Amino acid sequence: MPHVANIAVSILFDGLAYAMFLFITSVGLSVTMGLMNFVNLAHGAFAMAGGYIVVTLTRTLGIDFVPSLIIASVLVGLISIPFERGLYRRLYKATDLEQVLLTIGLAFMAIATFTYFYGPIPKSVPLPNWLQGDVNLGFRAFPSYRAFLIVLGILLIAVLWYVFERTNIGAKIRAAVDNRRMAESVGINVDRLFTLTFAVGSGLAALGGGLAIQLFGLTPYFAVLYLVLFLIVVAVGGLGSLKGTLIAALVLGVFDTAGKYLFADAGGFFIYAVTVVVLLIKPAGFYGRE
Amino acid sequence: MAVSETMTAPTAPSKSRARAADFLIKRHRFRAAEALPWLIAIAAYFVFPDRMTFGSQVLVMIMFALSLDLLLGYAGIVTLGHAAFFGIGAYTVGLGAAKLGWTEPISGLFAAAIISALVGLVTGWFLLRYRGLTLLMLTLATAIMLQEAGNLRSDISGGYDGLPGLTFDPLLGKFDYDLYGHTYYLYALVVLAIVFFIVRRIVYSPFGAALTGIRENVRRMNAIGSPVHRRLVTVYTIAAGIAGIAGALFTQTNAYVTLTVFDFDNSAKVMVMLILGGTGRLYGAFLGAAVYMILEDHLSKMSPTFWQFGIGLLLVLAVLFARRGLMGLIEDAGKVFTRGRQS
Amino acid sequence: MTAALQVESLNRSFGALHVTRDVNLTLERGARRALIGPNGAGKTTLINLITGVLKPSSGRVVLNGDDITATSQAVRARRGLARTFQINQLFRGLTVLENICMAIGERDGENNNLWRPAGAKRSVIDEALDHLEALRLVDDALKLVRELPYGRQRLVEIAIALAQRPRVLLLDEPAAGVPSSESHLILDVVAGLDPDIAVLIIEHDMDVVFRFAKEITVLVQGAVFTQGTPEEIMANAEVRAVYLGEDGHTAARKAGQRGGQHG
Repeated sequence: MPHVANIAVSILFDGLAYAMFLFITSVGLSVTMGLMNFVNLAHGAFAMAGGYIVVTLTRTLGIDFVPSLIIASVLVGLISIPFERGLYRRLYKATDLEQVLLTIGLAFMAIATFTYFYGPIPKSVPLPNWLQGDVNLGFRAFPSYRAFLIVLGILLIAVLWYVFERTNIGAKIRAAVDNRRMAESVGINVDRLFTLTFAVGSGLAALGGGLAIQLFGLTPYFAVLYLVLFLIVVAVGGLGSLKGTLIAALVLGVFDTAGKYLFADAGGFFIYAVTVVVLLIKPAGFYGRE
Repeated sequence: MAVSETMTAPTAPSKSRARAADFLIKRHRFRAAEALPWLIAIAAYFVFPDRMTFGSQVLVMIMFALSLDLLLGYAGIVTLGHAAFFGIGAYTVGLGAAKLGWTEPISGLFAAAIISALVGLVTGWFLLRYRGLTLLMLTLATAIMLQEAGNLRSDISGGYDGLPGLTFDPLLGKFDYDLYGHTYYLYALVVLAIVFFIVRRIVYSPFGAALTGIRENVRRMNAIGSPVHRRLVTVYTIAAGIAGIAGALFTQTNAYVTLTVFDFDNSAKVMVMLILGGTGRLYGAFLGAAVYMILEDHLSKMSPTFWQFGIGLLLVLAVLFARRGLMGLIEDAGKVFTRGRQS
Repeated sequence: MTAALQVESLNRSFGALHVTRDVNLTLERGARRALIGPNGAGKTTLINLITGVLKPSSGRVVLNGDDITATSQAVRARRGLARTFQINQLFRGLTVLENICMAIGERDGENNNLWRPAGAKRSVIDEALDHLEALRLVDDALKLVRELPYGRQRLVEIAIALAQRPRVLLLDEPAAGVPSSESHLILDVVAGLDPDIAVLIIEHDMDVVFRFAKEITVLVQGAVFTQGTPEEIMANAEVRAVYLGEDGHTAARKAGQRGGQHG
């Protein structure tokens, strides 16, 4: 392949894989923030927890990578329920500042806990053979793991889209995001809806955390390091919007990858510059409600 | 204005009226208790002469927290990027000393204040049109971009290794930096006193009242004709300037500056201090910063992990049970004591 | 003579929803006009358009001869337009006195002062206390607004608007939510307003309307249905149907279809 096209394809591919990671981890945050107007800075901690559970499952218990991902997601999803019911629920009417501080506090506690149990050294996961190396698509070879990430992402997008647009539950969620009071008055149990979406969102975050290990390595600081990214995806995409989160993930994922490929040192800049520009023009994000 | 005659006459109107007027007129006067933190700060100089470098850091943090309180506690502006201004001030002095030979400390403070304030003015003018999550993200992104920019030109900024070994001229030509940081502690204390005096005036001024109004009910402020955006940009500029002074002092007292001054961690830390001490109460910054720094100094050495867990737990508990921080608790305790008297 | 407030061909749509239709309204100095209409007629929307909370899709708002259509809410307030909200918008964490001082401070520019202590300008405090005395609120001056019973809070809401020394005052259901034992306080204040101020009041209580208003505008489905003196409105069979008929909705819908101005 000609050199420029080759680079373009690499950027698109890596960008897409990165975007899938961003989407999977952030979509839960977007829906719950749109639903409950709750600033949850502990979301990254849930992702991190998922990652560490995968590490333990694969390394200590010898379970395969993909089943570990599933188990970790379900576990974190379940664990998140008492958090929502017992703690978050008390602050739905609180100010932004209080929500920010509470969830930062939780994130700190999570980081400390996982440092205590796992130590600060980056962890990795053993991958099955079919996820290592490259997969050859004829015109080019692509890293198998990232291809897997893209395929998984597309699958999840399809499932989520179906649930959102074609099921009763999805309709209820959309209604509640749109106008909570109205939804309640039509008999939708918003409280239960929220616990459900929160659990699924946290489970997805855990999945993202597990998937991230191979991409970035896993340290206890993952919780806050990548939190910024998730918040940016959510803010740029618009709270409560599946479509918005996807588009934001794609835009930011590809731009960030392109930036790092083409401008090595200055690369990190792009994602923030894009964020600022988008938010100045559309403060509620691409598909947010004003 | 005519009022219906069927209403009963009020009881002793002049007494209520006089009392009400009195309350507002005397509000800003210095209370005896306000001398306490300053006395403690001066006493520390004599009681802990070997901890003066640490003492300077506490004073620097108090100033940083004070600047954030103007935004958070009074105006109700929630920002995740206040460290940006601290960093700008720190680097103004750092770069000035390292690259431009500008080693006069007091003029360095002024320069830091002005440059930080200018950046605050420009960014604030754009960003303060937004609130909530949007503003959180914009302020955070701004701070990160500044840090990234600094990292990009690490040839200038020294990157994360920073600019070490800075030297500064003796203060006012006479008082030189000494090994135990005595001079600089007093220097920082004087600067803090001046800054605090200014902040206190602003808080008790009509402008300060307007800030509280914006925080309490911005809809009502718009309806009574308040130029809300202009007020917010003004306080943001001032807060940026003060954070810049704090940053400048930081560099001067450490003789060293690195890009970590822009860290989100720094922004988060000062928020924790403020919530700990209590927002919207001037001395909350003093209490919160001092308590935090002292606890960190002792506990963090024993186990950084437990310290981090403890801070996280403290935050959670503070939000759930002590939203007004330590100052709030003190005020409540004070009310218990004065319960017998009429308020 | 220039009217205090003039609304010309004001329109506002939200997408396909046309909530304000070609409204024309004039308030002379000293006007006492009530704005009535069934629920959902767009009364509060009209107030929001006049005060600048909403921008019109077309039309003009003229205050004392100046076109203020393009100006912000705050600018209009400074030019003499004050309003109260249907649900109190007060500084609940501040004292009653501070609430009033806030309005005065904005009006005379005191709030731009960063240096002088807020208590130093005696005239502001005295004026605030005068306003409170006129509304029998002096004894509550140092109470936090959130500690007051709702009826008293409603009085504070009006006091703040009056402290702006407005030329045009828009009252959105001033007695709403006030227990009937206390509503006379509100009504006495409204009855005793400065005769120079042009007042537009949204009200549902017909007794209040007929006691207070010299003119009435009836708004139905966003359009002015009819305008006139209280006697004319009372005698108008269509208005009665819209308001009091068994099928008020149908009457309102039919009236809306006819649209335009009568009388």
